[in-house]
Amino acid sequence: MKRFIGFVKKEFHHIFRDPRTMLILFGMPIAQILIFGYVVSNEINDVKIGVYDKSKDHITKEITNKITASGFFILSDNLDSDKEIEDAFKKGIIREVIVFEQNFAQKLEREGSASIQIIADASDANTANIVANYTESIINSYMREELWAEGLTYQINPEVRMLYNDELKGVYMFVPGTMALILMLVSAMMTSISIAREKEMGTMEVLLVSPLKPLPIVIGKVIPYMVLSFINAIIIIALSFFVFEMPIQGSLIFLLTETLLFIFMALSLGILISTASNSQMVAMFISMFALMLPTMLLSGFIFPIENMPKLLQWVSAIMPAKYFITIIKNIMIKGSGIGVIWKETLIIAGMTLFFLMMSVKKFKVRLE
Amino acid sequence: MSNAQGHIVSVKGLKKTYDSVEAVKGIDFSVSKDELFGLIGPDGAGKTTIFRILTTLMFPTEGSANIMDLNVVSDYKKIRNHLGYMPQRFSLYQDLTVEENLEFFARIFGTTIEENYSLIKDIYVQIEPFKTRKAGKLSGGMKQKLALSCALIHSPEILILDEPTTGVDAVSRKEFWEMLIRLKEKGITILVSTPYMDEANLCGRVALIQNGEIMSIDTPQKIIENFGRKLWAIKSDNIYQLIQDLKTDNRIHTVFPFGEYLHITVKPGYDDLKGLAPELNRMGHSGVKIQEIEANIEDCFMELMQ
Amino acid sequence: MIKSTENIIEVKDLVKKFGDFVANDHLTFEVKKGEIFGFLGANGAGKTTAIKILSGLSYPTSGEVNVAGYDVYKEREKVKKNIGYMSQKFSLYEDLTVKENIRFYGGIYGLSNKYIKEKTESLLDRLKMRDIQNSLISSLPLGWKQKIAFSVAIFHSPKIVFLDEPTGGVDPITRRDFWEMIYEASHEGITVFVTTHYMDEAEYCGRVSIMDRGSIEGLGTPVELKGQFNAQNMDEVFLKIAR
Repeated sequence: MKRFIGFVKKEFHHIFRDPRTMLILFGMPIAQILIFGYVVSNEINDVKIGVYDKSKDHITKEITNKITASGFFILSDNLDSDKEIEDAFKKGIIREVIVFEQNFAQKLEREGSASIQIIADASDANTANIVANYTESIINSYMREELWAEGLTYQINPEVRMLYNDELKGVYMFVPGTMALILMLVSAMMTSISIAREKEMGTMEVLLVSPLKPLPIVIGKVIPYMVLSFINAIIIIALSFFVFEMPIQGSLIFLLTETLLFIFMALSLGILISTASNSQMVAMFISMFALMLPTMLLSGFIFPIENMPKLLQWVSAIMPAKYFITIIKNIMIKGSGIGVIWKETLIIAGMTLFFLMMSVKKFKVRLE
Repeated sequence: MSNAQGHIVSVKGLKKTYDSVEAVKGIDFSVSKDELFGLIGPDGAGKTTIFRILTTLMFPTEGSANIMDLNVVSDYKKIRNHLGYMPQRFSLYQDLTVEENLEFFARIFGTTIEENYSLIKDIYVQIEPFKTRKAGKLSGGMKQKLALSCALIHSPEILILDEPTTGVDAVSRKEFWEMLIRLKEKGITILVSTPYMDEANLCGRVALIQNGEIMSIDTPQKIIENFGRKLWAIKSDNIYQLIQDLKTDNRIHTVFPFGEYLHITVKPGYDDLKGLAPELNRMGHSGVKIQEIEANIEDCFMELMQ
Repeated sequence: MIKSTENIIEVKDLVKKFGDFVANDHLTFEVKKGEIFGFLGANGAGKTTAIKILSGLSYPTSGEVNVAGYDVYKEREKVKKNIGYMSQKFSLYEDLTVKENIRFYGGIYGLSNKYIKEKTESLLDRLKMRDIQNSLISSLPLGWKQKIAFSVAIFHSPKIVFLDEPTGGVDPITRRDFWEMIYEASHEGITVFVTTHYMDEAEYCGRVSIMDRGSIEGLGTPVELKGQFNAQNMDEVFLKIAR
């Protein structure tokens, strides 16, 4: 055990003494979250909308007025059929259409509830989300301030529909996406580089000749990065929660457990990469091209997977980040538990096991 | 611990091939307990390969190698407990301090600096004043001492040192060899490789190695006795011209510069060189001096290479 | 060796400081044209620093330094044009062929294509390397590489060639072949400035300087130094100075 602690201690020395490593470890995640965050969450105003009022009664008029009076929206089109909705969006002028169902006021009075459909053009997922949220909140405030205040306990149900991108890729995506990217980078790239460095400097020769067994060498290498990645994950979650008000609907403990699993997967992958590379350079290139780029491009972080060609969709299916992003989104935004995301969890666990087994099999106790 | 013949290292028919290149071409040697054994040869002779096989870092292509009767392939785990190894580039952690390096290597061998301090004391006191300095900032000589301390910290029975004096200045080299001789006296078996021929004299026994083959293996004295030719040292005021003149002289077998002199051997039947000095004077040389001398290891090495 | 009285390198009170650390402490020496000058010293004695200044790679803190007739302060580029440099670590591109390496270095020094071509041919003959002119450097034995590296370093006929531990690790015969090339270059009037860890090689030099802790502690012919320090050989001289 003493051997092992000595090893871990040494590894921390390496990390804390190299300013570049420190920068990648802590500077980059914060910078990335802030950049993505601020680029994505911009204010909106003067958004052009369309209204398809199938009821045309006093309540729908009031709501429409309330929305246009808010200052955020400009009523650009009054539509008369479902077909016109599609056409209006295709023209690209309006970003949102509000559809009141037939006999809106009547329904409210008779049944106590009626629904409004909010259809947003989610090809710009972020704007769509903000626009829909604003509309929703205006409707809610109308319901509370105008109707409930008069003792009318009517319930208006806004139904948000995202057109062209109904799962809302992009919204809040930067948090799960950045998290996946950074954890992948820190865990896989840094471990693989640090093992490759020992080979390059010749210190691996001495370690191998020592009675230290391969497993403690590997675990000793991995533990510091595991700890640091986990701290990183917590920083990212905290930043997104406090600075960008990303909700955490599900259990925080469950979220952290899943994060830990993902970190472990990335570390195993890092070890596997290091077994295939004899220099820091090679380790870095493999990490960059085999991990970074695909994680950014194919995991659904930046481009929606549905819009990809079939071939790339298959490739994206082997991206661990894809599953992690789904898990994080489900926990943070929808508040799902293991019941919903057990499949993704199982896939990541399986990948971890696979990478670990491959690394142990490939780890050389010799120089050849 | 050693086998019936008292050998602590025994190598038989050892071959190593990389791709299609034969780096080691079937060699045999053995080392007894408490010996200071030298592998002497230039870069590319196969020294590092032999040591990597002995330290269980590589498989032999053919043949066998045993250390303390343990096979380097099948018993590699056991062997690793007895070995102290210093690879060619002093493998230290450049970003750790002197003390941290030593502490780390002590730890991974499950020991502490204090426990084996007596063994490394002589060496370590010389670098102890710099113990908070990072290893990357040490001079070559100091790195070498630290690397040796690290290789010794677990009190190994066999010490394998791959070119520990390469690129190190003459003073540090001399000090280093003095340390090795003291370690040998403490009962550690030492295998060391070097491209510096003059260091052969400091070993108990040496193997002269070139192109993956052992050309000769014996004590330095015996190797010199076996030189088998007369050797002369000759000089004049114009060494360059002297080399040219002697090379075109068909009585002369070899001409090699050696310090301020040239070392020459002659072809059979020309053993008497009394006439050479006057001849050279006639050719325009001045300050000609010629004397018969005893060969050194380097002369022997070059003779064997021919 | 040509005895010349012309100084090709003149160094007077050269001082180089890195912060408080004095790497070169008032060095004063001259090197004659065509001389083989051995520049010895323990690791960290300040040799590398001095060579960097002489070859125009770094400025001295103070003192006068004249190389090949040019002032290293003002005429750095001219200094560089007139010197050749070869070290054990950096010499040739491993992934280029013998011929490509020669061509490349000839090009660096602005030699004409015709001149490079002619000189390459004669060089290949002299080295007896015509058969391997299209082999990659990486496929050659160390000794050959070093011979090529030396030939490349003096390809542009510099006035001075700096050799930094040129013979490390090569076999004794190749080492001697190499020294013969050095003698030849010196014979042709090229000044050779060489560092080495092999003390017997110090005796091959016309004059030797031995540095210790930033200063020159011994300077003279090997015979003079051996007399001065009452030593049998250069090894002893070195140990007496550096210990």
